[in-house]
Amino acid sequence: MPFLIIQRLLSTIPVLLVVAVVVFLMLRVSGDPAAILAGDTATSEQIEAVRVALGLDRPVWEQFLGWIVQVLRGDLGESLFTGLPVTTLIGQRIEPTAMLALTTIVFSVLVAVPLGVLAAWRANTWVDRAVMVFAVLGFSVPVFVLGYFLMYAFSISLRWLPVQGYTSPFVDFGAFLRQIILPTLTLSCIYIALIARITRASVMEVLNEDYIRTARAKGQIERIVLFRHALKNAAVPIVTVIGLGVALLIGGVVVTESVFNIPGLGRLVVDAITRRDYPIIQGLILFFAFIYVMLNLMIDLTYAALDPRIRY
Amino acid sequence: MTRLTPTRRGFMAGTAAAAGAAALPLGAARAQAPSGVLRVIPHASLTILDPVATTGYIVRNHGYLIYDTLFAMDENLEVQPQMASGVEISDDGLTYRISLRDGLAWHDGTAVDAEDCALSLIRWGQVDGMGRRLFTYVDSCTHDGASTIVLTLNRPYGLVLQSIGKLSTNVPFMMPKRFSAKPTTERLSAEEMVGSGPFRFVADEFRPGARVVYERNPDYVPRDEPASNAAGGKVVHLEGVEWINFPDPNTQLNALATGEVDYWEQVPADLAPIVATMPGVNVENFNPLGNVGMARFNSLVGASANPGVRRAIARALNQQDLLLAAVGSMEFGQECFSVFPCGTTFANDAGSDFIREPDLEDARRILAESGYDGERFVVLATTDIPVQTNYIQVIVDTMRRIGINVDAQAMDWATVLQRRTSRAPVDEGGWNMFVTWWEGADLLDPVVQFAMSAGGDEAWIGWATDPTIEDMRTQFAEAGSMEEQLELAAKIQERFFEQNFHAVLGQFFTPTGFRDNVSGILQAPPFFWNIRKA
Repeated sequence: MPFLIIQRLLSTIPVLLVVAVVVFLMLRVSGDPAAILAGDTATSEQIEAVRVALGLDRPVWEQFLGWIVQVLRGDLGESLFTGLPVTTLIGQRIEPTAMLALTTIVFSVLVAVPLGVLAAWRANTWVDRAVMVFAVLGFSVPVFVLGYFLMYAFSISLRWLPVQGYTSPFVDFGAFLRQIILPTLTLSCIYIALIARITRASVMEVLNEDYIRTARAKGQIERIVLFRHALKNAAVPIVTVIGLGVALLIGGVVVTESVFNIPGLGRLVVDAITRRDYPIIQGLILFFAFIYVMLNLMIDLTYAALDPRIRY
Repeated sequence: MTRLTPTRRGFMAGTAAAAGAAALPLGAARAQAPSGVLRVIPHASLTILDPVATTGYIVRNHGYLIYDTLFAMDENLEVQPQMASGVEISDDGLTYRISLRDGLAWHDGTAVDAEDCALSLIRWGQVDGMGRRLFTYVDSCTHDGASTIVLTLNRPYGLVLQSIGKLSTNVPFMMPKRFSAKPTTERLSAEEMVGSGPFRFVADEFRPGARVVYERNPDYVPRDEPASNAAGGKVVHLEGVEWINFPDPNTQLNALATGEVDYWEQVPADLAPIVATMPGVNVENFNPLGNVGMARFNSLVGASANPGVRRAIARALNQQDLLLAAVGSMEFGQECFSVFPCGTTFANDAGSDFIREPDLEDARRILAESGYDGERFVVLATTDIPVQTNYIQVIVDTMRRIGINVDAQAMDWATVLQRRTSRAPVDEGGWNMFVTWWEGADLLDPVVQFAMSAGGDEAWIGWATDPTIEDMRTQFAEAGSMEEQLELAAKIQERFFEQNFHAVLGQFFTPTGFRDNVSGILQAPPFFWNIRKA
């Protein structure tokens, strides 16, 4: 196991290097932000002055080397627009995204796993079909449509919850809860659908195994059979989907953050792309790549914890 | 107060109707706002903070909150003293001695000094179009003691105070010398936002792209005169102002409906009729100068370098069609056949007959006479700014109808800003036309209007070159009387309509939405003094 962890940590280096090269080159191909920075009425001379001041007139390889050396020192650079360090900007925005991801995953798992087990247990009955209809709907309804619908119902009509915003739970937990409910419901829908389907398929497969029949023959109550024997043995594919879900969620959070005006990483990256703020885009993509690699490592480690047959 | 007439409704209308309960207490659902803090949806994200470093309107608005100006324009567009207590002009018109009011202080508590102000003017004069022109007349900009700024000219210039008191971007804001002495390529950071204006910037709360917080400056000493546009007494009735950035207009609408925000700076034209039906919410246009749309031509390359082609396009464009496409209703648009905003001092009719009655047949004739041979005409077609996108659809269609081989290349505005700096031929990534708009405040006269510049490399993007126009702009700047200026403005417009370095696309207005408990809003650009929140 320690060997696996070390090996996987080392493997992040070439992955991040490839990501860094690709992102850096693609951004340079897309043009530079000097004209945006200089403003609408800037003359060509002023735009060129900005370009020189930012070092954007230097050869690309020289800019790349400078940036890589900076990154190796743990410095992701500074925003070309605000002048703030990228790490500061990520630090300002990571909490809302992390909290939304956390509440979404927890809520999705709490709802989807029992639903999936229920559908498997009552396979081919109306219960099963109802769960699967919900799953198809969950996949099909775009996040922004669901978001606006929930906002209309709970914020505008019923006046129960605020339309937008984010408050840290460490500042005001009540406000945090009120503001996070609708985004969580919106974003959870697709993950509930995904996890419920996989759970159903996995549990159904396990329910046909001999040891389940044995457990039932021994007189175990059905709840124990389902959740202790069946679900535990069906857990590996479910954990895989949950893990991938977390990774996908980081990308998918952009729309939800926009609809509910949550100042998270998703909006930070979109704003940076719109302005061609290179250091932020580069820093964030590197950061996301690192998170993905770490998530995959955690999933692998979870396999071993769940299934004693898996050893690294 | 103008209430807008309700029109077509969709889902959002249902939203607005349901918001009928908006005036009711929200209880737990209502976001927590300290009384007296105005929550504002600004028109854009604030990322650059230095108002000299860029011309973005959002940075100008930010500047007005925390900085003050020596002179400022009132709602009659007349220049009034602001930080200045007065100005002495020598008989030969070459020396301006501007004295500062007593009691002026920077936010860090130090006194405002004439040297600070002189350096601020010099820094601004290196960047702003009108400032650059002013400084070609300036021999020295210095100070005499702590309270007098001395501007010495090398020859008489008629627009000294109009330049220093200009209303719109780049505004000559005053800042302490440790910042105003910096090169213009070195932008001021959040920690360096020290002005002497009626609000203070709260650097710790600054979240670029999300939230900007200003608090009342308790030490600010307002003038005694009533507030009028950027001039007069800047009396603050709020504890502070919070700008909250929303990426989505529908969420902006809903947040205003539920009272989570108090003030929506620019309500999109398609949502304004819905906002007008929401109880507890008002919609009003505070910017009578509006905005003026422009189709800017590249005067250097390809078909757009041909004045005949530019004239044919201008002859064909129908402002009413353009405005209806751009803002949806003539309630928010106004035909304007002058290069100056209609309703302002220098707006006139000279040379504008050919664009008043669009005529496609005549446009085809002009195009044929121009020698246009079907060369590809590249339009940088913005896709992410609805007003521009809609303008472009109509323009491109009109151009095709008169026989121009249009290549409309779709791209976001950031890419347009990059692409338009290219002077290359169209086959090598160059371009012929892009569409944008300017606030009316930036177009008031031929000198302040940078789009009117025709000095080649020194001109705005498009690099218009016309010594006649430049000579007349200089004469305007040096003119001794209003009559002379009016005459020159007409001549400049007439000449401009012969050259058509850009086509004028009409004037449009972006109303502001605000809750019933907000009052005292002044004319645009948005100013946040004088506003009360009950």
